[in-house]
Amino acid sequence: MSSTPVSPLHLAVALDGTGWHPASWREPVARPRELFTAGYWAGLVAEAEHGLLDLVTIEDGLGPQSSHFLDPDDRTDQVRGRLDAVLIASRVAPLTRNIGLVPTAVVTHTEPFHLSKAIATLDYVSTGRAGVRVQITARPNEAAHFGRRTIARIEHYETPVVADLFDEAADHVEVVRRLWDSWEDDAEIRDAGTGRFIDRDKLHHIDFEGRHFRVKGPSITPRPPQGQPLVTALAHATVPYRLVARAADIGYVTPHDTDQARAIVAEIRAEQESAGRAADPLHVFGDLVVFLDDDPGEAAARRDRLDTLAGEEYTSDARIFTGTPAQLADLLQEFQSAGLTGFRLRPAVAGHDLPAITRGLVPELQRRDAFRRAYEADTLRGLLGLSRPANRYAAV
Amino acid sequence: MSKPLKQIHLAAHFPGVNNTTVWSDPRAGSHIEFSSFAHFARTAERAKFDFLFLAEGLRLREQGGRIYDLDVVGRPDTFTVLAALAAVTEHLGLTGTINSTFNEPYEVARQFASLDHLSDGRAAWNVVTSWDAFTGENFRRGGFLPQEERYSRAKEFLATAHELFDSWQGDEILADQAGGAFLRDAKAGAFVHEGRHFDIHGRFNVPRSPQGRPVIFQAGDSDEGREFAASSADAIFSRYATLDEGRAFYTDVKSRLARYGRRADQLLILPAASFVLGDTDAEAEEIARDVRRQQVSGATAIKHLEFVWNRDLSSYDPDGPLPDIDPDPGEHHIARGRAQVRMYRDPLATAREWRERAAANNWSIRDLVIETGNRQNFVGSAETIAETIDTYVQADASDGFILVPHITPGGLDAFADRVVPLLQERGVFRTEYEGTTLRDHLGLAHPDDVRDERAAS
Repeated sequence: MSSTPVSPLHLAVALDGTGWHPASWREPVARPRELFTAGYWAGLVAEAEHGLLDLVTIEDGLGPQSSHFLDPDDRTDQVRGRLDAVLIASRVAPLTRNIGLVPTAVVTHTEPFHLSKAIATLDYVSTGRAGVRVQITARPNEAAHFGRRTIARIEHYETPVVADLFDEAADHVEVVRRLWDSWEDDAEIRDAGTGRFIDRDKLHHIDFEGRHFRVKGPSITPRPPQGQPLVTALAHATVPYRLVARAADIGYVTPHDTDQARAIVAEIRAEQESAGRAADPLHVFGDLVVFLDDDPGEAAARRDRLDTLAGEEYTSDARIFTGTPAQLADLLQEFQSAGLTGFRLRPAVAGHDLPAITRGLVPELQRRDAFRRAYEADTLRGLLGLSRPANRYAAV
Repeated sequence: MSKPLKQIHLAAHFPGVNNTTVWSDPRAGSHIEFSSFAHFARTAERAKFDFLFLAEGLRLREQGGRIYDLDVVGRPDTFTVLAALAAVTEHLGLTGTINSTFNEPYEVARQFASLDHLSDGRAAWNVVTSWDAFTGENFRRGGFLPQEERYSRAKEFLATAHELFDSWQGDEILADQAGGAFLRDAKAGAFVHEGRHFDIHGRFNVPRSPQGRPVIFQAGDSDEGREFAASSADAIFSRYATLDEGRAFYTDVKSRLARYGRRADQLLILPAASFVLGDTDAEAEEIARDVRRQQVSGATAIKHLEFVWNRDLSSYDPDGPLPDIDPDPGEHHIARGRAQVRMYRDPLATAREWRERAAANNWSIRDLVIETGNRQNFVGSAETIAETIDTYVQADASDGFILVPHITPGGLDAFADRVVPLLQERGVFRTEYEGTTLRDHLGLAHPDDVRDERAAS
């Protein structure tokens, strides 16, 4: 057995309404009436920043939440409705200083031109802390909200229909990224002598033509502070692993044990190599749903209580952890040894499990020299050890 | 008996992507850093303005096949910067120009409803239309819209967005933690829209926002545009800021309201207006002349002439006489991605008139462009400007103005410090915000109240 020196891990928190357990809104700490206010989100992100976390992600969707695989439900006993995640991120950006802001954006029905300038603007507003989590949707009801196309009904995610949606997502990301580079950093010259505000030789048409769409460019928004804000994606299978390997800076994956973690990391690294990106830094974060209490029995009891309220046992694509901060720290370090570079924790109850992460787990990891004691960079790329990339269009 | 004084509405237009913005001034800051937007918004709020206004252009302008480089180039995403501004202001309305051609109703309605929630009821939407394939090249849907269909699509777009806003009534969320009901009604947000341009159905996923719907602005000037505004806008962003033109426009548009069962105070007329403030009227005139020369460099003057001539005039000397050659009467191909092109409907006549005026006054090309274009609307001491604005509003040339400073971000500071107090002394401008939402500032009813009023009558 090889012993590896402790290397710091990265921590993200995934924010979704009052938490990931469908009955989380019924907990006394949940504040469900405030879900649609800026103050609610500012409070959660401030708490995450208090814990020195790398970033928060914010869930989103182009239709109401649903307990069904593909179709809407008619439930009234769970949170339904949400605000646009990019705008939530932007609303809290001026109130925070160091934490990364990574809203979810659906790329299936939306315009890459709009998304590119929105995330670039989030990067300006946060002075270099923006990213995006791209997501596809195969839901027929969401397609009907746009009425521009129908998507063939799927029974599961391993189908050509989904592969095609991911192919489109890859094109979308490519356009978003090219548009971020479509202005060189020093394009604005303000040369009073010639009267020129920009050097137009440093602005570039991107001339993207793919199977799904074409986009001319350049962006209307200059290159953002980070050059390339972060692109991230959740992935459960080979097709999305390929998207992560080719186009993302962080992939979120859902191993349930270290063997799975090792296998997923190996698959992503292999895809990265075949995409010719082996040298590029790519983080692979493990997703975990967490119920955290100082007493392991209390965490389990809380989970049981919420399951009872929900009327069914909570299940998830990600492993569900129930226990103490120290037990979670053990598990994260074990997963880290299998090749994960960080974790995206999904608090079961935002009002309870987020503070348990920032005030319980984080100090525990700090004691083990496994997590930062202060923010060491003022951009999200900096926090993740990613350098500011050269512009693909700049003459060398 | 004299009629009571009208209260003036004031707004601040972030200096934009056109030649009225003087980027060469040493005081000119960034047009893209958030700190500039925050400074500008805080100044507007300190002055108790009704709202901040952002324009939009979805493709960089080109001239002669190349990106136009003489004006400010580049701007942020409208929604994203407005959401951030909601964090650094408390009362100021946040008005964004959003195109109805290169967007879909579900997405835009989500964004405006979200912005309204995140700003506690301060969102407004300036609905504009565009149809050109040039801008369409930036979008997967392309530039597919024939010009004659733009209002038809815009109307249906807005009506559809309203159906989405109205798909939640506002009382659906119970969030009863003890009883276990989050929603009162499983059908919250249900909508069906079947129309010529949009055929969509499902559930809108943003609950009703504080204002019910964002305040709706309209900016079109054609007969069709005025009718659109009379039927469905809360305010018009107009370009008639002089006394006579303003009164004519005001009378025309307000007279169209009765047809739609609306009162005159349900549609505000707010022209864009530039200004130059000095210690004295004479000093202001002098500064204004300097500003116009800064706004129109020799290179800018040539480019401006090219709009009219529809030809490459780069070989002409801006300090020399106007071209002898006539404008190319063919289809306009020189300038793309800007609205001014439409302003010269008879280029041959314009060229003839300009040559005559230049010859009579011994003007160069640059002199001519300076003299014929962009004279600031309000030039004078603080007293003069306050009096002029008040006079115009009381004479029904407008209900107020959307001020367009020429310097970013400090161009509004002196107006806030010196003109606003005089308007307050006159009793025609608020000294404190009286309400919390933009509808409150503009004196517009909440859509639910309008609905109740109609139901009761």
